[in-house]
Amino acid sequence: MTPKQSNSHHGIWIFAEQSAGEIQRVSHELLTRARKLADTRRTDLSAFVLGCRIPEPDLVELIDRGADRVVVMQAPELEHFLVEPYAACLLHLIDEFRPEVLLAGATTTGRTLMPYVAAKADAGLTADCTHLDIEPNTGNLLQTRPAIGGNILATIKTQHHRPQMATVRPRSSRPAEKDERRTGEIVRLDPPPSALASRIKRTGFIPEEGAHPLQDADIVVSVGRGVKKAENVPVVEPLVAALNAALGASRDVVDRGWLSYPHQVGLSGKTVSPRLYVAVGISGTIQHLAGMQTSDTIIAVNSDPDAQIFRVADLGIVGDLFEVVPAIVERLNRREPHQ
Amino acid sequence: MKIIVPIKQVPETTAVNLDEKTGTMIREGVESIVNPLDLYAIECALQLHEAHGGDMVALSMGPMRAEKALREAVAMGCDSAVLLSDKAFAGSDTWATGYALAAAIRKLAPFDLIICGERATDGDTGQVGPGIAAFLDLPVATYVGKLDEITKRSARLRRLVEGGYEQLEIQLPAVLTVVKEIAAPRLPTLRGKQRSRKIDIPVWKPHDLDIEPAKIGLDGSPTRVVKIFCPKISRTCEKLTASSDDAVAAAADRFVQFVSEKGLL
Repeated sequence: MTPKQSNSHHGIWIFAEQSAGEIQRVSHELLTRARKLADTRRTDLSAFVLGCRIPEPDLVELIDRGADRVVVMQAPELEHFLVEPYAACLLHLIDEFRPEVLLAGATTTGRTLMPYVAAKADAGLTADCTHLDIEPNTGNLLQTRPAIGGNILATIKTQHHRPQMATVRPRSSRPAEKDERRTGEIVRLDPPPSALASRIKRTGFIPEEGAHPLQDADIVVSVGRGVKKAENVPVVEPLVAALNAALGASRDVVDRGWLSYPHQVGLSGKTVSPRLYVAVGISGTIQHLAGMQTSDTIIAVNSDPDAQIFRVADLGIVGDLFEVVPAIVERLNRREPHQ
Repeated sequence: MKIIVPIKQVPETTAVNLDEKTGTMIREGVESIVNPLDLYAIECALQLHEAHGGDMVALSMGPMRAEKALREAVAMGCDSAVLLSDKAFAGSDTWATGYALAAAIRKLAPFDLIICGERATDGDTGQVGPGIAAFLDLPVATYVGKLDEITKRSARLRRLVEGGYEQLEIQLPAVLTVVKEIAAPRLPTLRGKQRSRKIDIPVWKPHDLDIEPAKIGLDGSPTRVVKIFCPKISRTCEKLTASSDDAVAAAADRFVQFVSEKGLL
């Protein structure tokens, strides 16, 4: 199809994020939400990909998972996220295709790129949404997000500006199912040459030590001051391994240097909302709860029966973590062979 | 080196009271403080200021009482402060806030760095820092955890992203948003406090800035909050006490059963 068919904005768009040439899971989650919005709005769904040498099957997979159209711009300068070229390409796309709605994951990339673009596009942007809907009569996008450390939810709309932009919290929906019978088109565009300049150069990457990153984990096991000292932190490691979880920490544990900052969950650390959050020896300050209380299921182990963490837990075990955790690990490991 | 640090005054606690009938927040009796995540930005700027000299300005937009937050920044060591305050700015969303702050920063130019906190603990958006960069057409590095080297022309830094640290070299002037890891905020000194009480903090109004009046405040904001409500926390904690060997065993059994019932194994 040719762009600029009309002056009005239409179509639901997602920014499909890639890292190291691989389309990220959050993009497949966006397709779940965006497909529903497109069906409700009776419009088409497009995915926009920026990168370099993205494998063809990955682009087709976006169609299998719900996109009607995939628009790709590739160039060596677009291999890694750099805010200026990425923003310039996205602004070009907005200008050409005039999307009504544009969604991206609320990742470090999405939360940098989208506000940069929104400012320049004169568009409204809502951060870190956990629920999206179409308002019946007006067709406006209703964007619901937690604020104030997850203590309130706010529904926001953008009445007069287009596109309506939002970042969506990773893991807040399932990746869209693959359906290989689906059809769609892949449109390859050259990035505008002027768009590729960057005043930022990426010089390297230092991977985080330890297993997998907190934000990508289905299960997070976090450790708090209840472990008493740095040498005791390994007590939770077999539990992390048995659940194939990521290791988180309370602020206390990080401030004492028992674990590094990338592990910190809470107001001054990361906000996570995994399917299961296991809090071990964490009292549950308001600041900690702000970073994890939207998790699907929460289990807490703490020796203090009045600990605040039990207020948000689905299952609470009041006891000595040095007894309880090994007992759980023993059972988890015992059941493994039967699976 | 001239550094500008945009800060926000926020309610002291995240434990909000919501008037369920009107959907508005009850803020009476809640202390206002400098956004805790902005303290890392202030400290980062102060350390650069000490190492390289120059000038350091704290900037805020808010009601007149936000002046208190700026005085705290001065007490920590900022040279001066500017407040944007006017009824016309009220109700600004992140777009309109970025637009107004960018206009104020233009008036403070030339500068080398703008350092922001990662996000404010009330709005939780993290959108204003990158927004300011876009309005000023500057490069921006977000989630900065470490500054490795800084010269008059560029900075080498590490961005904390999913799975590790991205190493970047960024040309100055630039906007950085920093995370806790960047520096441990200092307490105000006695001398700083004395200075902060006496210092004159200019209040800038829309007519002091080169801005379009239609682009600020509630009317200039593309987004609008239509509803505020409390999340339904329907968690009923099933609490087990593991005080004996048998109870520990029972609790561990229940843990495994609970987790497998939820399909998490």
